[in-house]
Amino acid sequence: MDIPYTVEVRRDTGLTNGKIGIWLFLASEVMLFGALFASYILIRTGAPSWPRGDTILNVPLATLNTIVLIASSVTMVMAWASLMRGRFGAYRMYMGATILCGLVFLVVKYFEYSAKLHHGLYPSTNNFLAIYFTLTGLHGLHVIGGMAVNAYFWGPGAKLWKTNPAWFTNRVENSGLFWHFVDLVWIFLFPTLYLL
Amino acid sequence: MSQPGGVVAPTPHAAHEGHHEELGFWRAYVFSTDHKVIGIQYAITGLLFLLFGFSLMMLMRWQLAYPGSPLPLLGQILGDARMPGGTMLPDFYNELGAMHGTIMVFLGVVPLAVGGFGNFVLPLQIGAPDMAFPRLNMASYWFFFLGGVTMLASFLVPGGAAQSGWTSYSPLANLAGTGQTWWLIGMVFLITSSLLGAVNFITTTIQLRARGLTFYRFPFFVWAQFVTAFLLLLAFPPLEAAAVMQLMDRLAGTSFFLPSGLVVSGQVLDVAGGGNALLWQHLFWFLAHPEVYVLILPAMGIVAEIIANNTRKPLWGYRAMVYSLIFLGFMSFIVWAHHMFMTGMGTAMATFFQTTTMIISIPSVVILTALILSLWGGSIRFNTPMLFALGFLPMFGIGGLTGLPLGLNVADIPLHDTYYVIGHFHYVVAPGTIFALFAGIYYWYPKATGRMMNETLGRIHFWGSLVCMNVIFMPMFIVGMAGVSRRLFDGGASYDFAQPVLQWNVVSSWGAWILAVFQIPFILNFFWSMRKGQKVGDNPWDATTIEWAAPSPPPHGNFREPPEAHRGPYEYSVPGAARDFTPQSEA
Amino acid sequence: MTSDHAASVPGDHAADVDRHVRIYITVFVTLMVLTVITVAISYLHLSTPVAVAVALFVATVKGSLVAAYFMHLVSEKKLIYAVLLLTIVFFIVLMALPVVTHSNGYWIHE
Repeated sequence: MDIPYTVEVRRDTGLTNGKIGIWLFLASEVMLFGALFASYILIRTGAPSWPRGDTILNVPLATLNTIVLIASSVTMVMAWASLMRGRFGAYRMYMGATILCGLVFLVVKYFEYSAKLHHGLYPSTNNFLAIYFTLTGLHGLHVIGGMAVNAYFWGPGAKLWKTNPAWFTNRVENSGLFWHFVDLVWIFLFPTLYLL
Repeated sequence: MSQPGGVVAPTPHAAHEGHHEELGFWRAYVFSTDHKVIGIQYAITGLLFLLFGFSLMMLMRWQLAYPGSPLPLLGQILGDARMPGGTMLPDFYNELGAMHGTIMVFLGVVPLAVGGFGNFVLPLQIGAPDMAFPRLNMASYWFFFLGGVTMLASFLVPGGAAQSGWTSYSPLANLAGTGQTWWLIGMVFLITSSLLGAVNFITTTIQLRARGLTFYRFPFFVWAQFVTAFLLLLAFPPLEAAAVMQLMDRLAGTSFFLPSGLVVSGQVLDVAGGGNALLWQHLFWFLAHPEVYVLILPAMGIVAEIIANNTRKPLWGYRAMVYSLIFLGFMSFIVWAHHMFMTGMGTAMATFFQTTTMIISIPSVVILTALILSLWGGSIRFNTPMLFALGFLPMFGIGGLTGLPLGLNVADIPLHDTYYVIGHFHYVVAPGTIFALFAGIYYWYPKATGRMMNETLGRIHFWGSLVCMNVIFMPMFIVGMAGVSRRLFDGGASYDFAQPVLQWNVVSSWGAWILAVFQIPFILNFFWSMRKGQKVGDNPWDATTIEWAAPSPPPHGNFREPPEAHRGPYEYSVPGAARDFTPQSEA
Repeated sequence: MTSDHAASVPGDHAADVDRHVRIYITVFVTLMVLTVITVAISYLHLSTPVAVAVALFVATVKGSLVAAYFMHLVSEKKLIYAVLLLTIVFFIVLMALPVVTHSNGYWIHE
């Protein structure tokens, strides 16, 4: 059975189901990360002292990660733009680059975490580290989730391009929205945790 | 269960892909993407959990009525860890209490009200072939199922299930046994299920409504589910964040909710400290207050449909009801700290929250009043759904009115955390929401199965439940105002001041046990009617809303032709019309 | 289901997409510059309230660029704006109220 407005837009809203769906989901994610940020504010303002981020965390490495994630956002939107231009080869390349950037991000994160743990800095050590590990950990899970979806659309999911290119383009666009959101959260996470 | 819609001959409209005639048992009944099958899955699972949660309470009520006495038979079965010699241990009482609340709210009422009724009725009422995201819908159900299994399994872990109240306050919940970890994990699954469901409901309502079905032509039930979905979408994530943090506290040794210098069993806790137990309360209640509106809104939606249908009149004040619903949904996000008046809050904040709480009572009153006024001048048909819908009205009224002193921070002082609170919220949820859910089952059963439920058994169910629920919960106001706290494993028996009111505990307990007996006619009716109930056609209630234009039960794809809405949802007794109702989708 | 209201018909609007690509590159460069700026400013070790204000301001600008151009919010439909507006209102409530509640009378480490 065909569900209407999966590929074509509904005239009065001007939107497809998937577009609305992903934005609604992102709205809930704003509340999720918002709650964690609110918790951070509450705990920090209630603390007698709070270390400045750069005294504990590796700013250069995180700056690299910021650049990598922003770059991956560009490659993601370029992947979608390529599909809009009908260029599947370019799509493949940009999507691949996006996944690769995500991988780099995770690898850097791995080094960051293991360095902390190696130096005896655990989530249980103090609240700064607790919120650091929790916020970046949850963000990291979202990176992994986004990468999984992107990998699916790079690989087995890409078959859809042949049978229903419009639907495939929509799905890539919607995944892209999720990926940009993951980047957006990092844009706030980075200064909050590392620079302040 | 007859014909959930997966294995039926294809209608000309829905024949595009053709695969549905060939669905095997598993794809048709277990892993279906058809909203009707999923709705029924949610409903049956929800009802089973309601029964289980009720059973936990019936066990607790023995301890409350006869504290310290051994429970015959059942007491022996539960073993020495929980009930040595048949006498309930306090820890086990706490387990029952925490899980009763959790199961009733998250595994019973919401899955039935939203997952069950929402999934089954909403697409039909808006003239849609299914939900916008059928596979996501199926995933929602299975996340719910997984959450439920996790919660049930937690009874079997060492130390038993969660026992820090359904509210899981820190630091107690931080220090509790393994069951609390399972509770948190279970909640993550349940929250995921709700979030995915909310995305589906909102998208479906906006995008898949039939031609001519503008927002102000929606049945009130659709509006109610729509607003509820927004509450779920935006209020649940903070609880998910809190659950993650409590899991981190318990598993990774963090101190999000543990203050410095906490002394446990004479020892200072060896944690970093610096956390804030109130942070948990803020995040929990940020969800849990909108959650209570998630519990009531679908119920109001159901009652509204049944009243319009059985008075043969349009609803009075439809627009006012819709605006109230939207206002209520919005306000529900800014009242939460009325659950926290006793935490040492400053006067400015207390004033803020008590003001918003008083304001939020207004839309509730508007909706209740409109429903009551809708009866005036109606040709009332007293069938079973209508009896439950009518019963809902005064019961919700009592529940709502008793909430007012709780919402005023000074009046809350003697009432907070007493049996008064338990009486208040049970009135709203039990003879309130659950009555509405029963009403909905009797009402939409013929649509789902093509057969009517038995009226006589329905009446016995109604009257018995109405009387028993009042017997259970009315005395709680007395007990609460005498100062007896909630969550006391002996119901207050060890306190001198409580002695004069203890006999009410016995009354409430017998009310509960007899209430159970009156559910038997319902359970029998539910199953017997599937095979032997009177067979009916598409529209046995002579109703106007679009779901009644579909066959009973509807096939995969729901409608023979895509319906179109030509008028409002409650065109009953229109002057000059041939019949006393004109269906919304009739040309 | 075929219709003339396809959300994105590949191959169409090529010039349109080209224009967008130029915007993406511009935004990317801007984001890089802002990242460098925000890190550089952090080395100034400004007082906490000022540092917070500046960092959050820069982050908001960066985030807005991602939202507006990469996520196409500049040309989105009213419904999406409505959902986001509602979300932002509740987001502010979530951020502000617990903290205000605490500064109004709760014990806090002195």
